[in-house]
Parts: sequence; structure tokens; C-alpha cells
Amino acid sequence: MLLQIEALGKTYHGLRERRVLRDISLLLDAGEYVAVMGESGIGKSTLLNLVAGLDRPDAGRILLDGRELGAMDDDALTVLRRESMGFVFQAFHILPYLSVAQNVALPLLLAGAAGHGPAVQGILDAVKLGDRGDSLPRELSGGELQRVAIARALVHRPRLVLADEPTGNLDPESAAQVMALLRERVKSANAACILVTHSHAAAATADRVLILGADGLRPA
Amino acid sequence: MRRLQRFRRFLPLALAPMRLHQGRAVASVLAIALGVAMGYAVQLINRAALAEMEQAVQTLSGTADLEVRGPRAGFDETLYARLARREDVAVASPVLELELRIAGIGPVAPGSSDSTLRVLGLDVFRAGHIQPELVAMASDAQSAASTDMLDLLRPDTLFLSPAAATAFKLKVGDMIALRAGLGERRLRVAGLLAAGAERYAVMDIAAAQQAFGVTATSGTSGTAGTAGTPGTAGTPGLINRIDLRLRPGADTQRTQASIAAILPPGLFIEAPRANVTRNTMLTRAYRVNLNVLALMALFTGGFLVFSTQALTVVQRRSQLALLRVLGVTRRGLAALLLAEAGVIGLAGALAGLALGHAAAALVLARFGADLGSGFFRGLQPELHFAPDLLLLFLLLGLLAAFAGCLVPALEAAQASPARALKSGDEQEAFAPLRRAGPGAGCLVVGALLSLAGPVNGLPLAGYASIGLVLFGAVLLMPWLAALVFSHLPEATGIASKLARMQLAASPGQATVSLAAIVASFSLMVAMAIMVSSFRQSLDDWLTQVLPAELYLRVPTGVDGVFISADEQQRIAALPQLRRADFLRAQQILLAEGRPRVALLAREIDPADPARMIPLVAEAPPADATKALPPVWVSEAAADLYALAPGGAMDVPIAGRNVRFRVAGIWRDYARQQGALVIERSLYVGLTGDHRATDAAMLLSPGVTTEDARRAVHGVLGGDDRVEFGEPGEIRSTSLRIFDRTFAVTYALEASAVLIGLFGLSTSFGALVLARRREFGMLRHVGMTRRQIAAMIAHEGLLVSGLGIAVGLALGWVLSLILVHVINRQSFHWGMEIHIPWEKLGLLALALLALAVLTALFSARRALSGEAVRSVREDW
Repeated sequence: MLLQIEALGKTYHGLRERRVLRDISLLLDAGEYVAVMGESGIGKSTLLNLVAGLDRPDAGRILLDGRELGAMDDDALTVLRRESMGFVFQAFHILPYLSVAQNVALPLLLAGAAGHGPAVQGILDAVKLGDRGDSLPRELSGGELQRVAIARALVHRPRLVLADEPTGNLDPESAAQVMALLRERVKSANAACILVTHSHAAAATADRVLILGADGLRPA
Repeated sequence: MRRLQRFRRFLPLALAPMRLHQGRAVASVLAIALGVAMGYAVQLINRAALAEMEQAVQTLSGTADLEVRGPRAGFDETLYARLARREDVAVASPVLELELRIAGIGPVAPGSSDSTLRVLGLDVFRAGHIQPELVAMASDAQSAASTDMLDLLRPDTLFLSPAAATAFKLKVGDMIALRAGLGERRLRVAGLLAAGAERYAVMDIAAAQQAFGVTATSGTSGTAGTAGTPGTAGTPGLINRIDLRLRPGADTQRTQASIAAILPPGLFIEAPRANVTRNTMLTRAYRVNLNVLALMALFTGGFLVFSTQALTVVQRRSQLALLRVLGVTRRGLAALLLAEAGVIGLAGALAGLALGHAAAALVLARFGADLGSGFFRGLQPELHFAPDLLLLFLLLGLLAAFAGCLVPALEAAQASPARALKSGDEQEAFAPLRRAGPGAGCLVVGALLSLAGPVNGLPLAGYASIGLVLFGAVLLMPWLAALVFSHLPEATGIASKLARMQLAASPGQATVSLAAIVASFSLMVAMAIMVSSFRQSLDDWLTQVLPAELYLRVPTGVDGVFISADEQQRIAALPQLRRADFLRAQQILLAEGRPRVALLAREIDPADPARMIPLVAEAPPADATKALPPVWVSEAAADLYALAPGGAMDVPIAGRNVRFRVAGIWRDYARQQGALVIERSLYVGLTGDHRATDAAMLLSPGVTTEDARRAVHGVLGGDDRVEFGEPGEIRSTSLRIFDRTFAVTYALEASAVLIGLFGLSTSFGALVLARRREFGMLRHVGMTRRQIAAMIAHEGLLVSGLGIAVGLALGWVLSLILVHVINRQSFHWGMEIHIPWEKLGLLALALLALAVLTALFSARRALSGEAVRSVREDW
């Protein structure tokens, strides 16, 4: 099993305590593509942050490839993200001062890979931006930017892709293209994917759809 | 190794953001460059001057083990014979050193109005053993052909150093007339010396004593003399130095102590190195002050880097969070940001070093080495490459850049990536800065340090105090901004309302601009108040010390020229004058290792001394039966020799120590090494010396100063041996010299101001550009461009208004430390605080206008159509 989430819980401590997640469990195998839906504020992004090691749970545990995230320090989690995960965000988060190719190459550079040109060109070709490598982000449309983000998320062949509302800023046509592309690339890389979305159309591209509620995570 | 390789591969991409904001990067580089250039240039110039001065002193000292020094007027030469006969002394070389006015020659050197020549009277046979350089002849063919070695002993010849020959355009065989006593003495240039970057001449010592009338009035050995009496055969001459070389194996310290025990009062024995040290110490305070000013420019540069980097990092918050998400560790992120700072620091430091070297070369070539202190006037040193200074300022430039970036880098590394990815999180970056504790702590420690005394004669605690108070105030700005902006009164008009709400809710980013304004403006204010206080105090002092209508004096630093008793009587009797008061000034040594102090014997009423000298402290009236004669000491003398009103002190006069009572302390801006005033009648009684060096004259009714001048000139034989001056002329000359002295200070202050204004512009500009999406949204909901511009202008006004108010208060506090601690401990000058309200008001208005204009200029781009589109963009 690639990803194991067991009885996960998270509470935010502020002026008022707010329990965001309670008793969340999930098993995900390599190549599986699941969508998580739920109301706004129910904790979908929190769940992704916990799986990504960007936050710590108050209860339960998460194992990726048998390694428990709770036992790792911040540096180890950072390295884990670098090597094993890819991210696609609603707001794209493409660095404006790097070219398209440089943005896509970021994970490989961080991993210290030399001679990454062919890998970058290959993934750009796969997302149909093969001739836009030298373009700057401001020259691309929203849909194109999200394709760059998908390319960046997959160029280093991660084990797990986390996509948070990837179609939130796109028109329906671009959204459909992006979702189809994301599924195709994830499957061809045999990566697992957790897709958080409000869109039923986007969720429909997943193998499984789960609903996150106050009582936990259950199939739709 | 792998990490390093990965870091090197990633570095170019990490530095790519600088390409997007080239203006900011260039401004930061320039700020560092300016600070480094100032400091490096000042150090190079001072080092070259000191090296030249040290070389000159060492040439004069030669290989002497010990030197006996006394008052400038000289002491009885019979002491030399006693010392030469000692078993532990191998060679004793008597020296008579005189500064003589050259009759009829004008200014000769750049930046100098001197027409004086240092004449060294030597026993050439003995001097040849100790100071061979002083008696070595030039070896070029022309000089060798025209030099008769017997000329070294002739009474009417002298030998010039190469620098003197060049400066006065003299060659072998020429005649030179030197002012001596009441007349002048013509001497033939018999040859050129081999060495000497300074202007001096060498002649036989006996010939010098005879020619310039430097003899003792008493034959008693050890009696300090009164120079100027025409020399007669059999009358002991005067010398002012004896150089000693000890026999091999002699214990230098024991010999020194043994000789010290037999020296008359006012004479001291010391190692020649002490002379170098003394000369170095003379300028140390001034040099340290200049260095600190230059470092302030560098500090402001570092602060500019901080303000630019802080804003840049905040604006790139989500980008930096993305890098953390993609797998850059905290340490890696901090390293990337520090690498950016390193590039800025390196570029700035290298540019600054080149600029500084060029500036130093230009200054030395055009103006000489004198940076306003007056100590290095006349020196023409060469600039030398100084690898240690180069490395030091390279590191300082880098340090300034790193220090400026450290806090933003650490904050960015510590931020939670999950939160930072969302926009609107920017204010979190400033939350930790809002604590008042660290800033308050720095202020308290800074205040305490201002009470500490000097360390080895330097106001190190004072400098640290200034740094801490400034730093503490800057640290308090976030807390103060949050406090002030959240309590602003209600405003009318949507623009001002929104401006105040924005500042009250999110003061964080404005805090950086605020801190930049406070740092640079407070330094501006502090320097302006200090210089204004000094200038006003000097002006007031001049008014007090120049009550007469006409003055005459022997030129400063010139020996052998005086006004005889007969001339004084004739001047006093002139019908053109209502009154004439005469003064005798000379230089005496009070303590070993210290420079000479001025002894001023003048007309003064002990019952009302404040009529003649500007008193700042007075002793209580003394018991008449036990009263010692009074002496009034200057502030410098009081500080340097730990003298207090009511205390007693010994003053060496006429070869013996005379005990005086310190009757008061007076302010003297003319003599930094200290001055003592005693009654002239007492001085004449002790010494029999009726001569004078200065006179203050009141005119008879209806007489013009020109008439009086002509009349006095007539009494003195119409020659140019003395200088005349009217109070107005003296005052304006003095103030001109003051302004020239502070020219370098003004330049350094101006560079700090410039850097501060850079910082203000870039940070304000960055602030406005960062809020493009906000302005785009406001345009969407119907706010006009003009209203948004008014809102931005209002914010700029409020932020800079608060910054200026704080800067004024802080600047006043800093000026108190500058005036009462640093200036007092460095130069022993007391002064009253004088605030140049008009100048400060203009500065404040200019800064306010600049801040608003900068904000509006930046807003132009932020209000473009691009801003409206940016609402939908990533960032």
C-alpha cells in the first residue's frame, strides 16, 4: 500500500478551538486516483497539508511507502516531498521570474539531477507545451499555466500527486482539458493522486470519489 | 559536497528574482558602495598621512634611544654637556628646532598658506651618529659639485631638504631671508640634503643660536630660557631637545629614570617612539570620528538592504513557500536569500573599493592629506595599496548586506509554508517585530552607556550608546506604528478613511519605510544639531574673546618673533589707541608623553576674570592669607590633566615648578591640547621676560582701524613680522575654517542622507507596487484613480509624518550624546545646544514632500490597467 492514513485528527487552537478533522482513514495504492469532495471549510486542504507533511496531526498517523511521517523532522519531510510528491494548486503558483522550462525543472534541480533537459522537454511535450519552454508565465493563459503546474508536479516521477482545486480558476473547457491531462499523466506515471475539488465534473475523472464530512471520510 | 554542487546548480535560478527588480538591486548595491567608498577613502588618506608623519618624525629622531624635551622656547644648553659626560651615554646630540617665517615669500604648497620653514640647529658631528639622514647630502652631480663640507659649520649657511627646495623654488647658492627677533637674517643655501619629504633646513647649532638670538638670560645651567635676546659670546644658548644614544649594554629604563631625576621642571625624557605616539594621538580622536561617520554611512547602506530585502521577501512570501513545498529546507531557503544579499554586498563592496581608492587618490593629489583637522596640513603623502584595508572594507560591505538580509531570511525560513502559500498572510511576517521589549532594552542599555567615561581617551562607550539608541528606536517602530495608527482620529473623505484603516489594520509593511525614515532622518537631525551647536558656540565664544577693536599677533607656530618691551610702550602711548593689552604665549610641557600646552600670560583681573576669558566654572573665593597665585585652565586642560576648580597644580616656569591654584575653567576652541592663563605681572616677575606675542587694542574716539593699524605698523618698523586682525575678520576667518574642518563631516552626512533617501524611495515604491491587486479591486468597485492616488498620498503623509516626528525626537537625543559625550571626550570641547529649527523644518518638509511624491510616482504604475487585470492573476 502506497499511502496509509489511520484515524487522523486535527484541531486548530486559537481564540476558539476548532476540530477540523476527526478519525480520517484512507488507503491508497500506486496508480489510484481518488477525489475528495466536501463543503467549504470542512478540512479538505487541511487533509492535503497533513499528507504533504506541511502540518502535523493531533491524532492518528500517516505512512507513505511504509514510512511514518510523524516520526520525521522538518528536513526529512522536506526531502520526502522533494523526492516523492508532486503538487498542483488552484492558484497555479508558477514563479513569474522563471521561464516555463525552468519552472518545470525546479523539482529536478532541487533533487540535484544534472542533464534534465530531455526530461523537461518530454513532459512539456506531453502537456502540449513543447514549444513554449522559453516563454515567461505572463505570456500564458490560465489553462496553459495549470498545464505547466501539472508538468512540474510530474517531471520527477513522484509516487504521490496532491491536487488542490486545480480547476478552481479555469473556465469549464480549460478545466476539462486540464483534468483529462492530469489523469492521463498520473496514470502513465503509475503515481497515486488525491484530488480535492468542489467540481463534480472534476471528481468524475477519479477512480473513487470520497466525501469529507464532520464524521470522517466516506465513499460518495 | 553533493549539497554544495546542488546549491551551485540551483543558485542562478535562485538569483533570478533580482532581474525582475533590478532597480531595487541597483539601489542596494549603490548604498553599500557609497558606505564602503567613504570609509575606505578616509582610511586610506589618514593612513597615508600618518605614515608620512611617522616617517618625518623618525627621520628627525634617527637612531636615538632617548630624547630630552622641554618647552618650545628652549632650555639651557649646559644640560647637554652634563648628559654627554654620563658613562651610560654614548652620544648626545643637542637640537635646536625653530619654526621661522621666511621674509617675503607667499603660500607655496597646495592647501597651505604657510611661509614658514623648520630650521634644525645641529651639532653635525654628533648628529651624524644619531640622525645620519639629517646630515646626508644629496648625491646628484649638481648638488655635490657645489657643496663645500665646511659650509656645515659656517654661520651664514644652511642646507635644505628636497621638499623645502621644491616648495620655495630655491637651489644651491640662492639666498633666503628668515625672520629673527626684531629683524631678519639672510643665509645662503649651501647644499641640498639627501632625504626629506617634509620642508626643513639644517644648520650649525651655534650659528642658529647666534643668528636667531636663542640664548639664556641667565648662565645657570638647567634654567629654562627666554629666547630672543641677541646672542653674545659666553652667554649659554638654548636648545629644545637632546637626543641620546646609549652605550651597548646600558639599561634604557634605568638610564631614563636616572636622568629624569635630575631634569629641571618642565623637561622630560622619553623614548623617541613617544613622539610618534604623541603625534598619532593628536589626530586619533579626529580620525576615529571620521571613521565612525563613514561607518554610519555603511550602516545606513546596510539598513537600506534590510528595508529592500524585508519588503521583497514579504512580497515573495508565497513564492518562497512554494520552494519549501517543493522541497527546499529551511536552511536552504535562508541560504538562498543570504546568497542574494551576498551578491549585492560583493558587488557593492567591489564598486565601493574602486570608488574609494579613486576618491582618495583625487583628494590627496588636489587637497593634500588634511581632511579638516589641520594636523596634516602641508603633507603631500603618496597613496599606497593597502591589502589589509581592502579586505577589511570588502568584509564590512558583505557584512552590511548580510546583516540587512538576516532577519527577513530567517523569518521566511521559519514561516509555515501551508499558511504562507495563501495571500493575505504577509502581515504575519511582521508580527514578531511588534514586541517592544528588544527595542526598549537597547534604549536603556544605550542610555546607560552614555554615562560611561572614555576608554583610552576615546569615547567608545559613546559610540556604542549612539548605535544602541538608534537600533533600539528602529526596533520599536513596529510597536509604535501599531499604537499610533490604531489610534488615529476619524477622517472625512473615503481616501483618507481607507488610508487610516489600512495603516491601522496592517502597519507591517509600512513599518519598514518608517524605520528607514527614522534611521536616516534622525542621523541628519543629530548631525545638524551638533554642527549648529558647535558653530553657534564658536560664534558666541568669538564674540566673548574678541572684545577689542584691533588685534595683532605673532603668526602661530613661528618662533623667534615677538614684540619687545620698548615697542609695547611705544604702542601703548600712541594717540590713536585708548588702551593696549599685551599677552605672552608660549608652549610648555606639563607631563611626559603629552603634547605641549599653551601658557598665556595676560592682563587679567583675578577679581573679575570673566571680563577677559569665557569662564564655565569658577572656584570658590580663596583664603587671602594662604592664596596661591591663580591659574585659569581651559576645558581641554581640565579634562586632560584632571584639574578642577579649587585644586592646585604645578606649572614649570623659568626652570622651576610654580604652584598655582586652579581658579576657574574657561572655554577655548583655539587650542585642543589645553591652555593655561596666568597674570602677566606674575609671569614677568618670575622670568624677567617682558616680551609679548599678542596685543588687543581699543581705539581712541574717531580713529579708524586703518589709522590705528598704520600707526602700530610704524612702531614695528613697517615689516610683516606680525599679523593684524579686526574682530569681524577674525570671526569670519574662524567660521570659514570651521566650515572647512567640517566639510568632510558634511560630505559623510550627505552620503548617509542620500542612502537614507534611496531607502525611502525604494521601500515606498515596493510597498505600493505590492498592492496592485488591492488597487485593482478598488477600481473594480468604483474608486477613481484620483481617489486611490489621494489614498496613497495620505498613507505616505502619515507614515513619513510619524517617521519625521520620531526622527526629530531621536535626532535630538542623539545630538545630546554627540555634544556632551563624544565631542567632549574626543576633543574636550564643551558647547551649548543650539537647534537649527529653520534648517530642520526645511529638511522635514523636503522629506515629507519626497515621501508623498515617491508614493504617487509608484502609484502611477499601480493604477494602470495592468492593476485591474492583476486581480485575476496569480500574483
